[in-house]
Amino acid sequence: MSLAPQVQTQSGSQGTPAIELRGISKAFGPVQANKDISIRVMPGTIHGIIGENGAGKSTLMSILYGFYHADSGEIFINGRRTLIPDSQAAIRAGIGMVFQHFKLVENFTVLENVVLGAEDGALLRPSLAKARAQLRQLAEEYELDVDPDARIEEIGVGFQQRVEILKALYRRADILILDEPTGVLTPPEADHLFRILRNLKAQGKTIVLITHKLREIMDITDTVSVMRRGEMTATVATRDTNPAQLAELMVGRKVLLRVDKTPAEPGAPVLEIDNLRVVDAKGVERLKGVSLAVRAGEILGIAGVAGNGQSELLEVLGGYMKGTGTVRVKGRPIDIAGHEDARDRRDAGIGHVPEDRQQAGLILDFAAWENIALGYHHRDAYGRGAMMDQAAMKADTADKMQRFDVRPPNPMLAAKNFSGGNQQKIVVAREIESGPDLLLIGQPTRGVDIGAIEFIHKQIVALRDQGKAILLVSVELDEILSLSDRIAVMFDGRIMGEKIAADTDANELGLLMAGITEGTA
Amino acid sequence: MDRMPRWADVLLVPLISLLLAAVISALVILAIGQNPWEALKIMVSGSVGSTYGWGYTLYYATNFMFTGLAVAVANHARLFNIGGEGQAVIGGLGVALIALYIPWPHWSLALLAAMVASAAFGAAWAAIPAVLQARRGSHIVITTIMFNFIAAALLNYLLVGPLKPAGTMETATASFPEATHIPSFRDMFSFGETILFRGTPANITFFIAILACLAVWLLIWKTRLGYEIRAFGFSEGAARYAGIGSTKIIMVTMLISGALAGMMAINNTLGEAERLILNAVEGAGFIGIAVALMGRSHPLGVFLAAILFGILYQGGSELGLTLAIPREMIVVIQALVIMFTGALDNMVRMPIERIFARRRARTPLSPPGPTLHPPGRVAPSSTPGTAATE
Amino acid sequence: MDWATLLQILDATLRLASPLLLACLAGLFSERAGIFDIGLEGKMLVAAFLAAGFAATTGSVWLGLLVGIAGSLALSAVHGLASITFRGNQLISGVAINFLASGLTVVVGQSWFAEGGRTPQLGDGQRFEELTFPGATEIRDLPILGSLYSEVLSGHTILVYAGLLAVPLSWWVLYRTRFGLRLRAVGENPAAVDTAGISVTRLRFAAVAIAGVLCALAGAQLSTAEPAAGFVRDMTAGRGYIALAALIFAKWRPFPALGACLLFGFLQALALRPALFQQSFGFSIQGQLLDAMPYILTVIILAGFVGRAIPPRAGGEPYVKER
Repeated sequence: MSLAPQVQTQSGSQGTPAIELRGISKAFGPVQANKDISIRVMPGTIHGIIGENGAGKSTLMSILYGFYHADSGEIFINGRRTLIPDSQAAIRAGIGMVFQHFKLVENFTVLENVVLGAEDGALLRPSLAKARAQLRQLAEEYELDVDPDARIEEIGVGFQQRVEILKALYRRADILILDEPTGVLTPPEADHLFRILRNLKAQGKTIVLITHKLREIMDITDTVSVMRRGEMTATVATRDTNPAQLAELMVGRKVLLRVDKTPAEPGAPVLEIDNLRVVDAKGVERLKGVSLAVRAGEILGIAGVAGNGQSELLEVLGGYMKGTGTVRVKGRPIDIAGHEDARDRRDAGIGHVPEDRQQAGLILDFAAWENIALGYHHRDAYGRGAMMDQAAMKADTADKMQRFDVRPPNPMLAAKNFSGGNQQKIVVAREIESGPDLLLIGQPTRGVDIGAIEFIHKQIVALRDQGKAILLVSVELDEILSLSDRIAVMFDGRIMGEKIAADTDANELGLLMAGITEGTA
Repeated sequence: MDRMPRWADVLLVPLISLLLAAVISALVILAIGQNPWEALKIMVSGSVGSTYGWGYTLYYATNFMFTGLAVAVANHARLFNIGGEGQAVIGGLGVALIALYIPWPHWSLALLAAMVASAAFGAAWAAIPAVLQARRGSHIVITTIMFNFIAAALLNYLLVGPLKPAGTMETATASFPEATHIPSFRDMFSFGETILFRGTPANITFFIAILACLAVWLLIWKTRLGYEIRAFGFSEGAARYAGIGSTKIIMVTMLISGALAGMMAINNTLGEAERLILNAVEGAGFIGIAVALMGRSHPLGVFLAAILFGILYQGGSELGLTLAIPREMIVVIQALVIMFTGALDNMVRMPIERIFARRRARTPLSPPGPTLHPPGRVAPSSTPGTAATE
Repeated sequence: MDWATLLQILDATLRLASPLLLACLAGLFSERAGIFDIGLEGKMLVAAFLAAGFAATTGSVWLGLLVGIAGSLALSAVHGLASITFRGNQLISGVAINFLASGLTVVVGQSWFAEGGRTPQLGDGQRFEELTFPGATEIRDLPILGSLYSEVLSGHTILVYAGLLAVPLSWWVLYRTRFGLRLRAVGENPAAVDTAGISVTRLRFAAVAIAGVLCALAGAQLSTAEPAAGFVRDMTAGRGYIALAALIFAKWRPFPALGACLLFGFLQALALRPALFQQSFGFSIQGQLLDAMPYILTVIILAGFVGRAIPPRAGGEPYVKER
């Protein structure tokens, strides 16, 4: 089965494990999310679980938290066999969970959120008073300061995450599970979180950290388990391993993230952005004066932690968000004040692979042949006057599916029935084949298997080599580094700096991503 | 991975739902001491056993086709237009105005004008909720309900006031002039001595309704606009990304929907009553919901469901004449059909899905399908409007 | 307008507002828990029918009320089954419930009493009587306060007072109890409640049941509380929808709900006396306009021209654990 060597060790297996899972399996319909998984986590340690998107990490932890039911397998908490049919049981067993998407009531106060479900009696007042006192104590103990009377919708994500941790601690959790906790955090916020986690560990708490970021695993965990396609491929002591080995275990073979490409031969500027500002629907300024240029025949990568304005940049350029400032494509000004929509952008020669293919790039209930026209359905190729030419659409789809190796190559199949990689290939085929002068591409390989990643990367480089301009946004630093010719780093709605890809490295970019420039460092 | 074959989705599920509704209706009839089998026989013979029965059945079916299409078109954009009732009321107003105040030389011109007027008035009545949904994010279900009541009050006001001819007591307009009378089935299909459809209201509008079914089918599945409507209905995010404007789609869809509901007035006002009366719509706007649900928002389905409800309506009113079952039994059956095909859809669907899943498990051919999708797509609520940016 | 007619109108306002208020609070509990309830109308109707029917046959209005509550709860259970258990469309379920009630009450009523869907006239003892407050007759002649007390406040049935009491009680339950906190939470973000180890299903069923009981009180008032004397077909006449309108008007809060219902009750009271309106305000207004006012006002509120009405965030969405 697995190509990887089975690294079977157990670091300091003295005493009873805080968590022990034996033979956990779980299927969602035809998808086997967890296959016969066993794992032991010792008390007072930080245990990492690493794997690609869709490897089954979150499912496993949701089972441990009683959110899903395992089809088979056993759970032992502190050596005792424990049934966890629901979250209540998990809480009773001393397990707390910080989900990737927070489970907070937005218009409740911090205090109300902490108390919810852990009230002391039928009346609210005493519970709130008690919680207020305890929050103050927890805040001092673990650097977990939050204003108890602030509403969740008024505080930042970093604080919201602290509320989630406080919720668990208030329920006297000894075991804390965090699912991709740093995805929404800036590097300083992530550092703060890790300080909190180390404090918790020092107090004897057991922590399980789910992530797909190797760096975090190496930084903070004591032991690490690797998951791949629903299976646990290895558990090792962190000090006995290295990122390369973990990466190999994650994907099942040597990872070659270097993309074969020749040096860029940039031509005239295709995209010129000057002082672009965006204020979102809530009145928050998301882009604070962005200026950059992308030239023909080059890939400009935008690096940054998610939520620092990259999405807004793509959406403004893609034509479905308003902004101020000037944007030119091939010298012609683009109206970003909201009078134009995404169709006008496509007509102006901008292709767009959106960050979220399931919410934006595809209509999951539409067949592949209907999706191939999405955004281009008004073009002459797909019909005449008010009517659509379905035969032409289907033929075109079959052709694109063949050239982009979409499997199965069936235009009649609904988009939801393709795997993530093949879905993404449909989107990429559509946008690249429309012949854009400028391609916007966001998170091109999120949730995509390795084979499809390589294919998509090659297509992007090929497009560049045809002399097109490409603006790449990705939160995966490795992807940015290997694919881009130039790299701009975004932080808090601003460009912190631009680097030549060949002359920079992860460390330098990491500082910029944290908002630290040479001047301030 | 689709969870069940298409035929099961399109035929099996609605049939079982219908059967459940029938069983419970039979229980109600039993409970009031009547014989459900007798009732069924009377309903069938009363509705389709004679040209007289057909003359009413198809008249009702015509109403339901229009209102059913109205709901169905809106459904495709995930808009729940519950305001067909009010839009049909106002459509009737449009018909009355052109019939009463413009002297028509021939019925065919009057019919054309009535089509335009009823559609325009119905569309106008749907336009305000549509604008409020598109621009202000006001929930269209609530606003269309409110507009039903406002329409009723408005018509009431007009029929006891400005539009009531002097010297009458009825809340109705004057009768329309002779020249506006459109051909009934009796006029069209009787020959020589044989009089068919005697005394029944079915009229030429039935064929307009069939054309409307066809037009809606073309619109939804063959035109770029239909593509945009369906895209918007399935995924607002993807529609935005594709440059399909939410305001445009909400407005256009609701205008078409309101126009279809309004056009029902050609049948009941120009065709049947030949004047505007207070309670002309008789709940047909709401039956449109049941018809659209049963017909899975497909024009062919709507056509068949409308005929079925026509049978139910005509047969149901025969019940009161022969057996001691009040006409309101129809309303009960209609409620059960809405409940089972609409709200309790999953109750029927989930066991069937499980059966098919088990059969499929025995014949392994399933490629991985990672995205699970909530089953069924039945007129969910929609609250677009404020485009939240995250 | 003289003092005596004003008192009359205020008295009628309170009486007419009361069923709206009870139904509105019913909707409030349901929608605050994330379940849209268009079926208020149907539940009121069934309760009105059963309460009058059983009061007439058993002679006990209290027994009638109890059966009315049971009937309303049965419809709540159907709504819960459809919208919570089977994650169906809550709006469609509500529409179906309204039709079911409208049809069943006539079909069953006709077979039961053979009076064209009516129940027999309720005599004394078979309906809720108007209560006279202590001292009401004695202080009637005191200026202003005395007459307000005895003419407006006193002289209603117990259900009217129940409705008025339900307002502070609802507020207290929602904002001061554990149940209320969880109820509001489940209407905003059911996942937060679920992960806190509380059953979303149970909470929502509880809310829907409370709505059933309150609707039953509203319905019973229409058919069995003086001056009403029996059930007439479709006697709710859109009150369930007006209650829904009031709920939006009140932005899903108890005390504003009282205000909205009093306002709509006042409009109904005015509509009952067109002549008086002309006489006191010097111009006539169409009764139909007054009838339509609650709906027009609600549309204006919904349009957000007078402060925005933001419904509970999870309203109308069945809860599915994400995958």
